[in-house]
Amino acid sequence: MTTAQTTSKSAAAIDKARAEGRAALIGYLPAGYPSVEQTIAAGIALAENGADLIEIGIPYSDPVMDGQVIQAATTEALANGFSVSQVFDVVQGITSSTDAAVLVMTYWNPVVRMGVDEFSRRLAEAGGAGLITPDLIPDEAAEWMEASDKYGLDRVFLVAPSSTPERMQRTVDASRGFVYAVSIMGVTGARTSVSTAAKDVVAAAHAAGAERVCVGLGVSNAGQVREIAAYAEGVIVGTALVAAIRDGGVDAVAALTKDLSTGLSRGTGLTEEEA
Amino acid sequence: MAEAPSGNADNETDNNAAEAFLQGGSLKHAPGPYFGSYGGRWMPESLIAALDELEETFNKAKEDPEFRAQIADLNKNYSGRPSLLTEAKRFSQHAGGVRIFLKREDLNHTGSHKINNVLGQALLAKRMGKTRVIAETGAGQHGVASATAAALMGLECVVYMGAEDCRRQALNVARMELLGATVIPVTSGSQTLKDAINDALRDWVANVDNTHYLLGTAAGAHPFPAMVRYFHEVIGEEARAQILEQEGRLPDAVCACIGGGSNAIGIFHGFLDDPSVKIYGFEAGGDGVDTGRHAATITLGKPGVLHGARSYLMQDDDGQTIESHSISAGLDYPGVGPEHSYLSDIGRVSYEPITDSEAMESFRLLCRTEGIIPAIESSHALAGAIKVGQRLAAEAAASGGTAQDKIVIVNLSGRGDKDVATAAEWFDLLDKDSAESEIGKEGEQL
Repeated sequence: MTTAQTTSKSAAAIDKARAEGRAALIGYLPAGYPSVEQTIAAGIALAENGADLIEIGIPYSDPVMDGQVIQAATTEALANGFSVSQVFDVVQGITSSTDAAVLVMTYWNPVVRMGVDEFSRRLAEAGGAGLITPDLIPDEAAEWMEASDKYGLDRVFLVAPSSTPERMQRTVDASRGFVYAVSIMGVTGARTSVSTAAKDVVAAAHAAGAERVCVGLGVSNAGQVREIAAYAEGVIVGTALVAAIRDGGVDAVAALTKDLSTGLSRGTGLTEEEA
Repeated sequence: MAEAPSGNADNETDNNAAEAFLQGGSLKHAPGPYFGSYGGRWMPESLIAALDELEETFNKAKEDPEFRAQIADLNKNYSGRPSLLTEAKRFSQHAGGVRIFLKREDLNHTGSHKINNVLGQALLAKRMGKTRVIAETGAGQHGVASATAAALMGLECVVYMGAEDCRRQALNVARMELLGATVIPVTSGSQTLKDAINDALRDWVANVDNTHYLLGTAAGAHPFPAMVRYFHEVIGEEARAQILEQEGRLPDAVCACIGGGSNAIGIFHGFLDDPSVKIYGFEAGGDGVDTGRHAATITLGKPGVLHGARSYLMQDDDGQTIESHSISAGLDYPGVGPEHSYLSDIGRVSYEPITDSEAMESFRLLCRTEGIIPAIESSHALAGAIKVGQRLAAEAAASGGTAQDKIVIVNLSGRGDKDVATAAEWFDLLDKDSAESEIGKEGEQL
């Protein structure tokens, strides 16, 4: 992982959590759902209740990696007139009020359409930490590698249970900030248990030299957070937070975040006090 | 060539560009992953291993005499290949008097070119030890073809189809179910073909261990564009050999319709390295390219990434995919195969839009002049051939020749049985209260 030439906001946020003896909590919210203002308020609530990093998703017409809950939310955001450049308002709104590192998660075509350089420049200006790119692999990322270096942005690529050792190495080498380990073969959505594959993916990423690996997909409660915190540097929660804002607004996001953060302490099965 | 060529000057430019390119090498058998700056793999990491496995299996298979023999046997004894090359003498009179030949993919088993690809991919699925295939379908043609191949080879088959399309094409849903497939109505996004592809990809990510995604067109992530073309190359190879045998010369032009572009790339491939042959792809112009209701991806789209490939794409200023519109469900897709984008940029193939009205006029014309009911998809190619024929006739006249000296081959990619309700409604042939009238009305509103 190349961290030398740039100060990585994501890495700093994860390292701060590590210094406190715990894993980092990363919360996902789709921009513009139910409104831009609500996304900013929910992002601030995430940060104030224990999230170290915040992932803001850009609603997209063809979200192939998302399950039904996130699809429904992003489809509604688009129907309400969300436009891509509003994501910078959301990032700015959160970074100006909190210390959390704010990343944007986006399918690649909206970035291509705006222009990779312009998108990167505006994201950096808004205080963003970098991009998580679910349908961009390092093989196709030449333009993004260049722009992310130019603007000092983190590039978070995904690794999966199906990644070969060669691909794992290539992806870890191309990533900055952290590596996103997909816990299972599937799309986003809450699941009752975290697949055992997740631990193996994280171990493989560590073996390939990744200093920070965060696990996402299917994580929805403090018990699962605790399980993952035992072996990964960070835990990513998406669908459960989207369901929370859908059903209970910003207050529900705050409450869920607070609950999730109780699972972050290292040491399996120990409560925060015991740890 | 995004603009419709309108005369000799443009055609000459095409020719020069193609010749200039050919000096640098062949355009045939382009292996991917890239076609110029198009193609590639804009896909989740989770699926890359499966794409690698598919690529490796495909590359080995096409060098394996046993696999080639299996394909040849299925083509001959199951699909009914070679398909005929039929001269359309009465239809030709409406195309400036040039001679038009139809490559009769409509005569294949299941009624279209689609069978070429599904048989090849189903064989690959078996080679990979997969027991289940999934497919997307718009009106149901590729779904029916996939269900057919799955039944033949003993594979489980699941077809994703937009919920609205399921209702409109209830008979095709029944066909797939008769063939043993499960049809899953897609209710996400715009509930159209592109969303059916999205849901198929979601299924594939979750079930990639035992499942092959049998993509229906020459689009998507590598190796799909090059692989799907490979299975359709037989169209162009046959057509080239047949015209040489029947007429002793190459055609002046080749025409095909373009949705994702699989039938087109199949026939084009046979002629890409023949600079004297002009090649035309006809996109769905819907209500007209100035109405916003069309599927003319190359004519009006901009490069972007969708469903795994960089290619021309119908998208808004934010990069969101725009819904396409066409009377023909098979052309109603906002993307296009990456090799077509490349062939357009280098000027080897000219892409032009044909409106619903133009296509339907040609549909009726072929029915009445040749006794052949074409698919509405293929009718776009027929309408285009009329325009090309008239231009060639004018060229011939200008140089002191006759239109009869000019030959145009049209890929008649499918038969129109599936489109009878839509056509009957379009031409107002139905009793207003009939059930068919209701179905046709829905089809027209596609």
